[in-house]
Amino acid sequence: MGGHRILIAKPGLDGHDRGAKIVARALRDAGFEVIYSGLRQTPQQVAAAAVQEDVRAVGLSILSGAHNALLPEITGLLASQGADDILVFAGGIIPDRDIETLKEAGVDAVFLPGTNTQEIVDYLNERLG
Amino acid sequence: MAIKDPPKTAERQQAKRPSVYQDEALEILTAAREGWEASARESFEKRPPWKSDFTTVSSMDVPHLVTAEQVADVDPVGDIGVPGEFPFTRGIHPSGYRGRLWTMRQFAGFGTAADSNERFKYLLSHGQTGLSVAFHLPTLYGYDSDHEMSKGEVGKCGVAVDTLADMEVLFDGIPLDEVTTSMTINSTAPILLAMYLAVAEQQGVDIRRDVSGTLQNDILKEYIAQKEYIFPPRPSMRLITDQFAFAAEHVPRWNTISISGYHIREAGSTALQELAFTLRDGVEYVQYGIDAGLDVDDFAPRLSFFFNSHNDFFEEIAKFRAARRIWATVMRERFAAKSPRSWMCRFHTQTAGCSLTAQQPYNNVVRTTVQALAAVLGGTQSLHTNALDETLALPTEENARIALRTQQILAHESGVINTIDPLGGSYFVEELTRRMVDGAFDYFGRIDELGGMVEAIEAGYPQREIMDAAFQYQRSFERGEKKMVGVNDFVLEDEEPLETLYISDDLAAEQVAALERTKSARDAGAVGRTLDALKRGASGDANTMPLILDCVKAYCSVGEISDALRDVYGAYEEPAVF
Repeated sequence: MGGHRILIAKPGLDGHDRGAKIVARALRDAGFEVIYSGLRQTPQQVAAAAVQEDVRAVGLSILSGAHNALLPEITGLLASQGADDILVFAGGIIPDRDIETLKEAGVDAVFLPGTNTQEIVDYLNERLG
Repeated sequence: MAIKDPPKTAERQQAKRPSVYQDEALEILTAAREGWEASARESFEKRPPWKSDFTTVSSMDVPHLVTAEQVADVDPVGDIGVPGEFPFTRGIHPSGYRGRLWTMRQFAGFGTAADSNERFKYLLSHGQTGLSVAFHLPTLYGYDSDHEMSKGEVGKCGVAVDTLADMEVLFDGIPLDEVTTSMTINSTAPILLAMYLAVAEQQGVDIRRDVSGTLQNDILKEYIAQKEYIFPPRPSMRLITDQFAFAAEHVPRWNTISISGYHIREAGSTALQELAFTLRDGVEYVQYGIDAGLDVDDFAPRLSFFFNSHNDFFEEIAKFRAARRIWATVMRERFAAKSPRSWMCRFHTQTAGCSLTAQQPYNNVVRTTVQALAAVLGGTQSLHTNALDETLALPTEENARIALRTQQILAHESGVINTIDPLGGSYFVEELTRRMVDGAFDYFGRIDELGGMVEAIEAGYPQREIMDAAFQYQRSFERGEKKMVGVNDFVLEDEEPLETLYISDDLAAEQVAALERTKSARDAGAVGRTLDALKRGASGDANTMPLILDCVKAYCSVGEISDALRDVYGAYEEPAVF
């Protein structure tokens, strides 16, 4: 349980980092090793950081509406670099109608507003073992 | 924060401040209050309080009861006064809301300029009294719609504006001498102001006499909270003082800055932090203006503020009243401003987006109503009420209308506008107002010790304070110490999803094509000349504003103008800490 290395990243131009930072802190408090990307990361930067840092999972926080363009690009880049074993999860303002599409594109889980951080901790512990 | 004990009679006499309470009456009251304390204790022995946490939403302690004792040393004139007079605790207008209602100003913008133009006309036709423009993220960050960083963002969080051509469409058929427009724009504010003025000129409007509106233009809170910065803090401050000087001379009715606590609060601050950091940002702008050689009374009257109104009703009202008292005091005493207009804290309020829930979203109408009522009782000059679906998406037309109707019901049905500052003199509200004032001045002291707000930001001080508060807020709900209806209690299983506004990714191609058309139709020579002139001016001491106006009129794009400034000033990167 715990101890895994996780990248929390903010793709796109969205500057809302309250959620990303709260999740980062909650995961750290739960024993994960957390790397926070900082703001305004391109899909290439996110994928490169995930591979270089050898993380087990990437959490993508996005509230701007650009998820359909950016998230599948990130999962695609990870796959093309042979890193599709990295678990990708997302959080933010994502309309219900887009969730299925994102899951088909390789996003394993989407956490919506009102999620308890413990739920994310439990999810990662379960998926990463 | 500890609650002060009521001052003893001797202390009160020593302070020699006027009081509306006679010592004899207060002594009788003290005996009565002690009697109440004993009864309350007895009652709690039989039945303990039903929860452990009776703090505000910001986790501020509040007393169970406040009597005249705690406010006996609040000066009825020097601290509270009358509306329209220093220290403006009760309001900036002698006529209150009888002379003029607050401006109902709903923030709107999405898709292309044509889409947003249609929404503006819809809102104006339903009784909205001012415009408030939301730009999409690329415009806010100084990228054109065809830039790599704009992928997926075009028209999503606001309207796409790349060049003057978009701005012409955005305000088509809206006379700029009749409406006032607020623009939420910061790093690229001088570019959008220039575009607005260029459209007004095209409409034949007298800019000096008839153009009025507000730019957000508050870069300090971008570093602190909203994070839409481009350049480092110091050149950003220079661009702002250039606008102060330009507007004072050429657009005297324009509010060059709206010093904003809204985003600080949305990032998770407490009410007190919002108040303190916002007003201390204001102090910083005034100091930079003075240091740039401006006379404080020339630009201070055009400074305005923008606050959040969250769920905790009395805490918010006290915050608004305290803001006016603090600003008046600071402007008169710290900066020796002579004009009463420089002392006035005029502000816009938006209800708290971060308080809304995705669960049972119709409940958000109730939250917004309570928050809007607090803003009105706090004496706001203008108000945006959030739509019930804003935690899920940009609002649909119907939900935007309900939000506007909420304000109209408060204004025309509730009767709260009839009497100025109706909560003034409430023991609790006056006590809380004073604690807000004292707490804000404590923060001012800490920031002054760090060398000022720019230095405090560079040291990460306000950012850390806010992050800690945000984390504590989250924890208080996760531990169940505080309740969020529909989220951590009173939950509905199997909710029906709400129909929300959906912005398609297809419009990006349309916007990019429009940008290409504009670029091929413009005079390339003029583009190069105006951009070069801007770079030279920005490297030297020239006021950048007239140079940016030339660029805009040559149809240079937001991205091109921003790149010219990036070449000169560089780009800012914050340390990524959590």
